[in-house]
Amino acid sequence: MSSSVLNAETVTASNTVRRVRIVRFLRDHKPALIGLIILVFFVGIAFVGSLFAPYSVTASSGPIYAAPSGAHWLGTDDIGVDMFSLVLHGGRTSLIVGGAAAAVAIAIGGVVGVLSGYFGGAVDMILMRITDYFLVIPDLVLMIVVAAVWGPSLTHTILVIGLLLWTSTARVVRAQVKTLRERAYVRRARSVGASHVSVMARHIVPQIGPLLVANTVITIAVAIFDESALAFLGLSDPNKVSWGTILEHANDRTAASNGAWWAVVPAGACIAAVVIGCYLLGSAIEDALNPRLAVSHLAAKGWRLRSTATLSAMGRLGVTRRRNSERDT
Amino acid sequence: MRRIDYVIKRTASAILTVFAAITVNFFLFRVLPGNAVTGIAHVPNATPQLRRALTTEFGLDKSKWDQYLAYLNQLLHGNLGISFANQQSVTSNLRSALLNTIPVVLVATIISLLLGVGVGVLSAWKRGSFTDHALTTTAVATYAFPTQWIALLLLIGFSSVLPTAGSQDVFSLVEPSMWQQIVDYSRHMILPATTLALTLYGGNAIVVRSAMLETLGEDYILTARAKGMRQRRIVIRHALRGAMLPVTTLITLSLGTIVAGAILVEVVFSWPGVGEALYDAVKHRDYPVLQGGFLVLIVSVVFFNFVADLLYVRLDPRVVE
Repeated sequence: MSSSVLNAETVTASNTVRRVRIVRFLRDHKPALIGLIILVFFVGIAFVGSLFAPYSVTASSGPIYAAPSGAHWLGTDDIGVDMFSLVLHGGRTSLIVGGAAAAVAIAIGGVVGVLSGYFGGAVDMILMRITDYFLVIPDLVLMIVVAAVWGPSLTHTILVIGLLLWTSTARVVRAQVKTLRERAYVRRARSVGASHVSVMARHIVPQIGPLLVANTVITIAVAIFDESALAFLGLSDPNKVSWGTILEHANDRTAASNGAWWAVVPAGACIAAVVIGCYLLGSAIEDALNPRLAVSHLAAKGWRLRSTATLSAMGRLGVTRRRNSERDT
Repeated sequence: MRRIDYVIKRTASAILTVFAAITVNFFLFRVLPGNAVTGIAHVPNATPQLRRALTTEFGLDKSKWDQYLAYLNQLLHGNLGISFANQQSVTSNLRSALLNTIPVVLVATIISLLLGVGVGVLSAWKRGSFTDHALTTTAVATYAFPTQWIALLLLIGFSSVLPTAGSQDVFSLVEPSMWQQIVDYSRHMILPATTLALTLYGGNAIVVRSAMLETLGEDYILTARAKGMRQRRIVIRHALRGAMLPVTTLITLSLGTIVAGAILVEVVFSWPGVGEALYDAVKHRDYPVLQGGFLVLIVSVVFFNFVADLLYVRLDPRVVE
């Protein structure tokens, strides 16, 4: 009984420590704080704000392609649906797809990375070969084909994006696990008879937690980007409004020739803002994890976006990372 | 490892990747319900005999494995099948599309590289300054903007000045000269190429900047500075040269992004390239074209990646070790 009490105490203590650490991190890293504020704002308007959307997103509530006015803050679309309400609702779908697809990607990437880095040898070789193939193939092209074959639905969009975005995470996690594996405490745990599973669960995975968080945030950005591209090509659920489908409709239904910039600008600006928020937060976390980047000549104030963080943010440029890790090993 | 071993390894890996893509391509589309016969024999009064005859003719009564071998065999002969939409061979459809995509991608890549290297060098040189912040912020911002969004904005902004759809003006001239055709084509290309270049340059600038910062921290730069060399000379002659390594591979590394960007840009500006072909194929469920377009894009990306790998050894012999 006494041991369980002790455990409970340590848990609360470590939670407090963690909270203090997160607060301090945000205080010291302005970009991270800005990124977090942007993300919280958009999650807020997408999930809470959409409940208070002024008009319906399915029925027309004004004239066709009406310019922004007091009644319709962001104007209306091709059938007179209120653009502001559409953007609020669209954010929900875009963020859900982005978050869920990132979760799928991080789960796969994390498992592949941990197994590959921990076991090494043949397991590593096979898994990394597979990763290499996925790295070379242009994501969007494969996504288009798979989505076209599977048919449009929200689940399919999430899976298609998630199943193709895990490669850079797998690479980074693998590199990290490879160094962790050689740490004294991990070897000691092995030598006293801890099983592979328990070593991975207790000593490896908790250590790569922050790295996974950084990667998740950045992958969300890429996933939202990809969602908008797939939706734009008509490959997402036609019954769900998302920032991507708003742009699709604007293109398909001649918003441009009507000069209806308000049907184009808001959705894209929201995507861009969320993506920037993710980059800021993700790369700040990654920076904090990588002491090498704190070296003076590599540091610059303001937008602290540098090779590793930026490249992983770019996602599709993951190949550079391959070269880096090849050079390291 | 010797250089020849490296080249062999890379070649084998490229071939394997293409092969894997072909295999995926084959089996992915077999998951679809129905086949060519259910489509064609979807006429009233289609007798079971007709159905059976067609099945035999298309080889659909054979095993999956035999079908796969037949597919590989036809691919080797450059046969990608017949388009459902216009009943022409997919190969000829895609060939003309590819000939339209290449100029746009080429021009956009060159512009984005020049712009990216310029901006990257300048902001690394003036690191920490206002110029640096402004340039880097703009670069990151353009990177965060969805390609189709930039395309739509440019389309709205320039629709009265420049042509915004297709690759040529069909109405203006009855019998245009070669020169007039080229001018017309280039005018149509301005917006798609600019959009693509804008989406690409940001990434280039950031990579160039960080590569420059890294080389600027090297000892030989310090030496050059100690010798009293002029700043401009150090940056251009010494640092940029050292930083060119990541920059040269950049083009091929960002191929996936370029391809994705090209698809979206072509769709917005109705540019008759591979991306537009793919989009139409998706819309009309034209599976042979979709399959062929996928293959064409994958093979070109793998090919350019392979070229980059070889180029890399030439530029930096250390990678072989």
